[in-house]
Amino acid sequence: MTADLWVVLGASSSVARAFARAAAEGGADLVLAGRDQADLADTAADLRLRTGRRVECLDFDAAGFDSHDAFVETCWRLAEGHRLNLFFAAGSMPDQEAAMRDFRLARSIVEVNFLSVVSLLNRLEPGLRAQRGGAVVVLGSVAGDRGRRKNFLYGSAKAGLHAYLQGMRGRLLADGVRVVTVKPGFLDTAMTWGLPGLFLVASPQAAARAGLQAAGKGRDEIYYPGFWRLIMLIIKAIPERLFKRLSI
Amino acid sequence: MAWKRMALQGWGRVTRAETLASRPERQREVAPLLLAPEAAPGLIAYGGGRSYGDVALNSGGATLLTQRLNRLLDFVPDTGLLVCEAGVTFQDILRTFLPRGYAAPVSPGTAFVTIGGAIANDVHGKNHDRHGSFGDHLAWIELVLPDGRLVRASREEEAELFAATIGGLGLTGLILRAAFHLQKAPSTHFVVHERRLPDLQSFMAAFAEVRRQATYSVGWIDGVARGGQLGRGILQTAEYATGEVPRARPARERRMPVDLPALALNRHSVRLFNEAYFRRVPAAGRERILPVEQFLYPLDAVLDWNRLYGKRGFYQLQCVLPDAAAERGLPALMERVAEAGAASFLAVLKTLGERGRGYLSFPLPGFTLALDLPARPETPALMAQLEAMILDHGGRVYLAKDACLSPEGFRRMYPELPHLQAVLQRVDPAGRMRSDMARRLQIHGAA
Repeated sequence: MTADLWVVLGASSSVARAFARAAAEGGADLVLAGRDQADLADTAADLRLRTGRRVECLDFDAAGFDSHDAFVETCWRLAEGHRLNLFFAAGSMPDQEAAMRDFRLARSIVEVNFLSVVSLLNRLEPGLRAQRGGAVVVLGSVAGDRGRRKNFLYGSAKAGLHAYLQGMRGRLLADGVRVVTVKPGFLDTAMTWGLPGLFLVASPQAAARAGLQAAGKGRDEIYYPGFWRLIMLIIKAIPERLFKRLSI
Repeated sequence: MAWKRMALQGWGRVTRAETLASRPERQREVAPLLLAPEAAPGLIAYGGGRSYGDVALNSGGATLLTQRLNRLLDFVPDTGLLVCEAGVTFQDILRTFLPRGYAAPVSPGTAFVTIGGAIANDVHGKNHDRHGSFGDHLAWIELVLPDGRLVRASREEEAELFAATIGGLGLTGLILRAAFHLQKAPSTHFVVHERRLPDLQSFMAAFAEVRRQATYSVGWIDGVARGGQLGRGILQTAEYATGEVPRARPARERRMPVDLPALALNRHSVRLFNEAYFRRVPAAGRERILPVEQFLYPLDAVLDWNRLYGKRGFYQLQCVLPDAAAERGLPALMERVAEAGAASFLAVLKTLGERGRGYLSFPLPGFTLALDLPARPETPALMAQLEAMILDHGGRVYLAKDACLSPEGFRRMYPELPHLQAVLQRVDPAGRMRSDMARRLQIHGAA
């Protein structure tokens, strides 16, 4: 069996770090991709020491679409002799009101959270089909299940992402490439630290393990923690006439 | 958001602080956090949360949680030199390196302590006579000073800053990275000898005999036995096993599901427990092969054992008495505690070797006794009496455990305080590093 290589995008985030650790402990080699090279080098050293796996670092700008061709090419080169897999955790959630006033900020939300995956997966798709296997695990969000007044810029980018992944899942099905959408509820990350109104906050380690397991089991879409499926079922069932009046 | 309002507790649960906390995940975030307006009322680092009292608490100020700065950065097998971030724990080190034949040179009684905390409290283990305290194995540290500058300190460069930071209670700045030597561990198991000792006098005599020979030694004392049985207990000594060891089942982690009600721990239940604990070891002694972690960290098997003492929490008193004074001093201390009916469960007795390298390092050659005192209204008064007795015998209290010491007593116990103060004057003239302990002990001078 070919050894797995996971390309982890947005690898400085706590969920991505936890995912990389879980994948390396499971015997995979790694490519850590992100902008903060000094930080990635430290994470790479940590993973090598803890697991003995091969770990490389790559510069990756989620919204620097023109650089993605070269990035994808390097990924394939590093993945030689491996089966390439992808974990996508790059994301940003700036203050919604600030993004309403400043279109550049609004655009970056769509670019980083949605377009970046389109750019990368479109470019990776021929290679993924050719290797006839592998997994693509992408962090979506419960915020993408329904456009809420308080967080719909981020939510709409994630909703676009979810729909894109649904289509891609079908397109890659025949070639044995699995596409997994992970929809986390509240995770205890730097993104949510100090935000008011959070409840039942889950650890990034547990979410990362759930994502990796979902890929192994060939799941299509998971909520983490699982009870969010039920919460979102209820929220999606609220009639729009009523929902539009809710200040959530 | 960078900051979150939250409450933090000392491990003994009698100390508590409302603070503005931040939890950086990258080293580059640390200096800006230190200089942030939120940190202006003073900042302290908080690692594993295993200090018993208020050393890592900062009421009304800011706190930097270091748990996510926990990466191993470099390891050289030939020399055993490990470089890591300050939030790495002894558990990380054990899991990563013990299978490869290396172990932390000195380890505190719980694996959940971080390396930053081990330095700031210059922790010691059950091998102090032979291997000293954590600071003795430290090659260098990289520290973000209170003005945001990053400096490296070692015995050669910034030697005073180095000595001030070892056991420096986190007041010299934020430790970002540290380098220290792991030691060779020939096995993942210890051969542990256990024997009963009928009273304190024979316990101390036994220690005098084993402390020069055994690599690891620790005494568990029945804290409620009195009279002729005062100080009875079990002496454990340990060496790394040689050759093949039987594969043991990995121990399961357990939790305390609830706080025990205050009534559960009374002198009768404690007496029963301690009797059973004492009789567990046959009169003739025994030898067992134990996984390293079970010997070094027996309490870690119950993840939150501090709930044993209920909501009100407990104080821990750990003091050291110099060898010459211990023979008279230790029985006096133990009798006073027993008289007060403070019903300390098990007490721990160990010997210490050389003094540490830090200005506020705790160890000095002698006997160290640690006991838990469930918090009651009269406990602080008892602690004050014990403080006076410790001072009379030329001893000192371990600050990592402390929540009660007076500023006057502290000054007499730690005569090198002016050296630390001089370094603080130089690196932190604005007083950006603060803690509840620093205020209580008036480390920056009288208020």
